[in-house]
Amino acid sequence: MDLSAINPVLFVAGFLVAATPLIFAAIGELVVEKSGTLNLGVEGMMITGAICGFATAVETGSPILGFAAAALGGALLSLLFAFLTQITLANQVASGLALTLFGLGLSALLGQSYVGIKPPRLNDINFGPLADIPVIGPILLTHDIILYLGIALVAATWAVLKFTRAGLILRAVGESHDAAHALGYKVVRIRTLAIMFGGACAGIGGAYISLIRVPQWTEGMTAGVGWIALALVVFASWKPWRLLLGAYLFGGITQLQLNLQGAGVAIPVEYLAMSPYLITIIVLVILSRDKSAAPACLGRTFHASS
Amino acid sequence: MIRLEKRPQPSRAFSLATPVLAVIATMFFGGLLFMALGKEPLLAIKTIFWEPLFGEFSFFYRPQLMIKGAPLVLIAIGLSLGFKAGIWNIGAEGQYIMGALFGAGVGLAFYPAEGHYIFPLMVLAGAFGGWVWAMIPALLKVKFGTNEILVSLMLVYVAEQFLASMSLGLLKNPEGFGFPGSRNLQQYESAFNADLIEGSGMHWGVVAAMIAVIFAYVLLSKHRLGFAIRVTGEAPRAAKFSGVNPTRLVLFCLGTSGLLAGLAGMFEVSGPAGQVTIDFNVGYGFTAIIVAFLGRLHPIGILLAGLLMALTYIGGDIAQSQLGLPAAAIQVFQGMLLFFLLALDMFTNYRLRFGRTEVA
Amino acid sequence: MTLTKLLTGAAMALGLATTAMAEDKTKVGFVYVGPIGDGGWTHEHDKGRLAVEAEFGDKVETVYVESVAEGPDSERVMTQMALDGADLIFTTSFGYMDPTINVAKKFPNVKFEHATGYKQAENVATYSARFYEGRAIQGHIAGSMTESNIIGYIGSYPIPEVIRGINSAFIHARKVNPDVQFKIVWAYTWFDPAKEADAAKVLIEQGADVVLQHTDSTAPQAAAQEAGNVITFGQASDMAQYGPKPRVSSIIDDWAPYYIARTKAVMDGTWTTGNTWDGIGAGMVGIGEISDAVPAEVKAEALALKASLADGSYHAFTGPLNKQDGTPFLAEGDTADDGTLAGMNFYVEGIEGDIPQ
Repeated sequence: MDLSAINPVLFVAGFLVAATPLIFAAIGELVVEKSGTLNLGVEGMMITGAICGFATAVETGSPILGFAAAALGGALLSLLFAFLTQITLANQVASGLALTLFGLGLSALLGQSYVGIKPPRLNDINFGPLADIPVIGPILLTHDIILYLGIALVAATWAVLKFTRAGLILRAVGESHDAAHALGYKVVRIRTLAIMFGGACAGIGGAYISLIRVPQWTEGMTAGVGWIALALVVFASWKPWRLLLGAYLFGGITQLQLNLQGAGVAIPVEYLAMSPYLITIIVLVILSRDKSAAPACLGRTFHASS
Repeated sequence: MIRLEKRPQPSRAFSLATPVLAVIATMFFGGLLFMALGKEPLLAIKTIFWEPLFGEFSFFYRPQLMIKGAPLVLIAIGLSLGFKAGIWNIGAEGQYIMGALFGAGVGLAFYPAEGHYIFPLMVLAGAFGGWVWAMIPALLKVKFGTNEILVSLMLVYVAEQFLASMSLGLLKNPEGFGFPGSRNLQQYESAFNADLIEGSGMHWGVVAAMIAVIFAYVLLSKHRLGFAIRVTGEAPRAAKFSGVNPTRLVLFCLGTSGLLAGLAGMFEVSGPAGQVTIDFNVGYGFTAIIVAFLGRLHPIGILLAGLLMALTYIGGDIAQSQLGLPAAAIQVFQGMLLFFLLALDMFTNYRLRFGRTEVA
Repeated sequence: MTLTKLLTGAAMALGLATTAMAEDKTKVGFVYVGPIGDGGWTHEHDKGRLAVEAEFGDKVETVYVESVAEGPDSERVMTQMALDGADLIFTTSFGYMDPTINVAKKFPNVKFEHATGYKQAENVATYSARFYEGRAIQGHIAGSMTESNIIGYIGSYPIPEVIRGINSAFIHARKVNPDVQFKIVWAYTWFDPAKEADAAKVLIEQGADVVLQHTDSTAPQAAAQEAGNVITFGQASDMAQYGPKPRVSSIIDDWAPYYIARTKAVMDGTWTTGNTWDGIGAGMVGIGEISDAVPAEVKAEALALKASLADGSYHAFTGPLNKQDGTPFLAEGDTADDGTLAGMNFYVEGIEGDIPQ
């Protein structure tokens, strides 16, 4: 065993990257849930974003265009969910699961000719001499633009929800769609927009995996990140900053268990692999006192006449 | 302008007609998809829906429908009780795994002794395994108000790691040359959940699924507890006034769904699957959620929905091999079927109104 | 046992059904555990299938089903292929072992080929590749080229196949570099590219300048490329797009020669059961081109090693070798027998850490 082999600076920088797909998917879902809708289709939207982004980046040679296409693909797929749950008033849990099934299949069909291709690389931002600052430089200033965008998105979501009229309306719709409707807000339209925002974010999160973290295209490559994102939203009790913290915690535990293995610490691997999930449960229990955060209308169907 | 108007009563006619309409719509759009992939659309549809039921080899596929459908129905019945009451267990996959591990573990502990007491003990152990795994989110919810959706989902991943650990360690076949996976229970007569009539696909899991359907039907329509479940789901406030004990309801619903999922896992591992392996679980616990909703949380509906899902799996595999359709196309096709069922379900509870006849 | 009796009954019923539809085309079925777009294990098997089609053209018809779960689903798919008149069925995952045996009992006239298993029957042959031969070459190059003397290894699950590879790579790395250390990280998943990427990054951060992988995605390659001075080896497929560096060579699963030969045997009526365990010599294990990033003399040694493995003059597990705990494993000049290799569940001397159990 040699714990000194673990370099804390690289370790932290590593989990910042590992957490980014989670941050995107979860912050999108947070907004969706704030509007009172539960979309369990995150995994399906992520994988669709992963292939849309990958294919576009390969065809155009531009990773940035890829990310744009991923957002578009995720949003388009989420429209299906919006149609089902907002127009035809279908059950949200079932619709979300169906969306995941559909997205996994669709992405595999779209990606048939992209197996084994290397996508164009998105370069890290060059911070010049700033990146040479000890500790802070290598941890914070050696990443690609999407990673920073993710953090900015968390900040923006927090600000919009807290300080703006749009945020207020969104929360009002999530807390009581009947009251919001009575006040003249277009509940269905607002929720549809929120769902599309969630889809776009999930798409970018998926593309971050296929274009930056891995980078390659294989079927089913998101391997369950979408589900973890769902857990993360509740873990964060619908608070953006806590979500960021949770994403780092989750990414950090996974990184830590790999690091410990590499350092030769004799802990049974399978129990280490379980640990992020067990710790999530423990944190859920600790946080469960705080019940104020859950949107009151979460998962309930809205119909104007009822 | 088109508006939706809530029906005073759900329409019986539509509740029967929508599944048929959905299947027809799926056939149409699925056909377009298959055409886009360069396959003969009618042939593909026929292969998926007709071949397993009435084709040349239906003598083989019909029993397979039971084998594939039984765990789905068994798990979905349990889930539907909770879903009706607004208690969301989405971790049936984990409970299924734990049921299989407990059941197989007890069976293997007796190896190589033979005896009629072994299989019943395995059944009990399997049910217990699933129940225990579901009681974790149940107790946390009752004690701390923790969200059961997440705890049960997290426990799926934990169970998967247990499964890997058991396949590679404790339950590993000592005569397996170091390869992962347990002994095959199909070769251990006392523990083997064989077809009751050979080749019929009727193993104890199928029997259990049928009993569960009847049990749920009676419970929901006749028993006080069934009333409590329905009231809690439809009007939680009213439930409180009518004296429903929410704690007991949570424990009952999560416990029952875990127990049934555990049973499903146990019957699967001791019968059709035979072995504890790293990849033993194939997503029945998640598919069952869809089955529960497709069946509109009604026991008979779930039975039919489970068989329909099983049909698309079996027909889908046939279409893959006979027509070269990619597995992904089958997945998309299944997704479409679900979408149409869910979307058209609207007509059961609402009707379309044209023009501005009323003010909302 | 009643089971066998009943199975024979079923076999007769099913046998009647199949003999009715004799075709002149030879029909070959493939059962895959993953999607053909996985870019790894299943992808390479499917290439083998396409090679069979290319070789025999109109005389053969191939069918496949992808993403078939082990257990009852696989049993159903195999039965269905047999019912549809397949003459030969390749089942390409270890977990298909018992299902293959079960179905084969019902269809005595259909030939089955099960990959990586150990159970044979009159109409069930097994086949596998000696990937550890390729690992020996990787170990040699890795041991010669490492400067940090730390070699990272990403394992999927601790099963004999993976442990054998680790041992083989380690033995040959130590041979050229007595100071070499292995850092082994178990991913506990068959397939999770993001986790593989993390594992590779962690190993590199902990000082590894060579990363060997027993997982199929290119994630570790990309991580190594980003890190700079790290070398890797392609796994399952060539991964040439990451050459000449970090990817300096690769182990390629090449099932085509075997699939073609076995299909031919069925056509000619010469098929017999057996256990094939082929390596570099028979072409089942391909060694991808060794790139220019490897020093010329190391490349020459690696090619010589490859040649000696191919012609059988050298065995990758040749004594003297001790097990991790110091007990003797092979005496001077002895080579490991296939049984020991197949079930290998111990590290050789020098590797640190325990195999998770």
